Amino acid sequence: MKFSWKAYVRSDAFSSFMSSLMAIIVGLFIGFLVLLVSNPSQAVRGFGAILFGGLTDMKNLGQVFYFATPIIMTGLSFGFANKTGLFNIGAAGQFIVGAYAAVYVGVKWTSLPGHAHWMVALMAALLAGALWGLVPGILKAYFNVNEVIACIMMNYIGMYTVNYMVVKTVFDSLRNQSLRVAATAVIPKAGLDKLFITGNSPSSVNAGIFIAILAGIVIYVVLDKTRFGYELKACGYNRDAARYAGINEKRSIVLSMAIAGALAGLGGALLYLAGAGKSIEVVDVLAIEGFNGIPVALLGLSHPLGILLSGIFVAYLTVGGFNMQLYNFVPQVIEIIIAVIIYFSAFALLLKGFIQAYLKKKDRPLEEAKALAADAGSTEKGGGVE
Amino acid sequence: MNTIYFLVQQTMFFSIPLLIVALGGMFSERSGVVNIALEGIMIVGAFSGILFINTFQAALPGQPILLLAILVAALSGMLISLTHAYASVNMKANQVISGTAINMFAPAFAIYVARMLRTVQQIPFMNQFRIASVPVLGQIPVVGDLFFTNTYLTTYLGFIILVLSWFVLYNTRFGLRLRSCGEHPQAADSVGINVYQIRYAGVLISGALAGIGGLVFVIPTSTNFNATVSGYGFLALAVLIFGQWKPSRILVAAFFFGLMKTIAAAYSGIPFLATLGVPNDVYKMIPYLTTLVVLAFTSKTSQAPRAAGVPYDKGSR
Repeated sequence: MKFSWKAYVRSDAFSSFMSSLMAIIVGLFIGFLVLLVSNPSQAVRGFGAILFGGLTDMKNLGQVFYFATPIIMTGLSFGFANKTGLFNIGAAGQFIVGAYAAVYVGVKWTSLPGHAHWMVALMAALLAGALWGLVPGILKAYFNVNEVIACIMMNYIGMYTVNYMVVKTVFDSLRNQSLRVAATAVIPKAGLDKLFITGNSPSSVNAGIFIAILAGIVIYVVLDKTRFGYELKACGYNRDAARYAGINEKRSIVLSMAIAGALAGLGGALLYLAGAGKSIEVVDVLAIEGFNGIPVALLGLSHPLGILLSGIFVAYLTVGGFNMQLYNFVPQVIEIIIAVIIYFSAFALLLKGFIQAYLKKKDRPLEEAKALAADAGSTEKGGGVE
Repeated sequence: MNTIYFLVQQTMFFSIPLLIVALGGMFSERSGVVNIALEGIMIVGAFSGILFINTFQAALPGQPILLLAILVAALSGMLISLTHAYASVNMKANQVISGTAINMFAPAFAIYVARMLRTVQQIPFMNQFRIASVPVLGQIPVVGDLFFTNTYLTTYLGFIILVLSWFVLYNTRFGLRLRSCGEHPQAADSVGINVYQIRYAGVLISGALAGIGGLVFVIPTSTNFNATVSGYGFLALAVLIFGQWKPSRILVAAFFFGLMKTIAAAYSGIPFLATLGVPNDVYKMIPYLTTLVVLAFTSKTSQAPRAAGVPYDKGSR
């Protein structure tokens, strides 16, 4: 099949992409305005730091991938559920129970040999996250409970459970956080620390980014190339129609939520086993990575490969935000920008409508001309016969 | 007896903001707009209210400045909720996404502005709003100790809002219209009700109440505002659902949740509970766990407004 640029421009995917792009531009513009209002003399330099901070040196570039890893996972979690018609706002809970399971294995199961240790820890996180997603899934499928509310409740239940369990099992009372995991439980660097290094300080990036990319590809294949994925998506489009077509829609809902939970749980493991000195703090605050997955997924249009890109984009902005502090700006500007981007991506449907209407309008004279040409052609032909 | 007085007084501090915010959520959802932005709106309300108190506290006496701050919180809550109304009503956007955006925006905004204005993100205030004993009423035995000592104006404000909400929802023309827009907007439209206008009103009322609720939450429980309301907006959402979108039941739910929060915060001071040895985190979890269990049993016959979350499109049938 030949790739047609024109057909692509008129396709649904293109207008979706354009609406995301517009949301990003509006978000960045408002971020620039915020900088301009708070400190006009430094605004341009500060904004430059946001835009190009991730590229200033190899270490920063590595940090982009390091920050991207967990939010790609929670983004995949949200996006996957979204494709199957569910709103998984419970990634924060799934993320933290996954993190706890991984840290528990990482601290306690030191008898596991070498590479088996971190892999088992990742599996534990996967299962814990799946369990946390399973609950709202079952409640939705069999008890008709709105998954948004069930997920919000599970977030808090997860946070308090983890706080309790950390103190009971793997507590570092001096720092009020979990103990450090054993060296064998840390995800290998896979040479990335040699590549992304500035002077003597390497970036925290590790093989976790490969695992996240792999997860994205697996989800893409499952959703787009398997019967199972097709059934899940069918339930997302129309539950009743799916049931009519013989799909077990209750089972699909439960499995979707469990898979979404597993993805977020794995994200928790990837962050806390990264070997960057991060431990689970015993505080009553929900894991922010869980919520940051939502804009990532929305920007990526819930498409697994789109989410990989948007996760890297959001992480790029985050690193830019750190750089912007050089000019005495507060890094929360980045969160404001992302919030504005989400807000405008909520308009995606309407924007898409506008873009398509505009393209149609542009096409009209062209079509008329074609029709005229066709008419002329037929009369000419007719004339020829005469 | 002193323990009971203490418990009741403390429960008020936790229940009243939940009550106010959940009633706010009720107005929005019964008009047909899901509002998960309550948390963010609370933060905005608390932030602007506390910033106002912080700025003018030296110039004005205690109670009047509190009343003015409540007004400021209500207005700022309405302002931010306007963006939610615009997205959900005019743009027919996904209401959960727009709410999520506000929840993300609010703490970032509060921290950013605080740090730009004051270089630190905490905004302190002097607590000169506590009423040790209400004149006359505080002297009544038992009742006076329970409800009229160690209290705040905001407690009574909460009850006033409850009565007003009940009255407006069930006994006014506006209330009837609001409920009809949440149940069947097409039918409401067909008899000449402006669905868009009513939904705007519902969201704005919820913004005002959530803004007030944020301030009411911070004042008795802290001496500075640190860009968070500790998940109370989400808890208020649970209260709203637990209360089945009805003012009287919301009252019961708010006090149940408030009591649980009080126990979690103060159980070591209560002799009976301290000896039980139940960990603190379990008490903290109970409100959320009960909500899940209750939802599991009641959702089949849920009385959620039927059109909540569905953008109203005149053109569609």
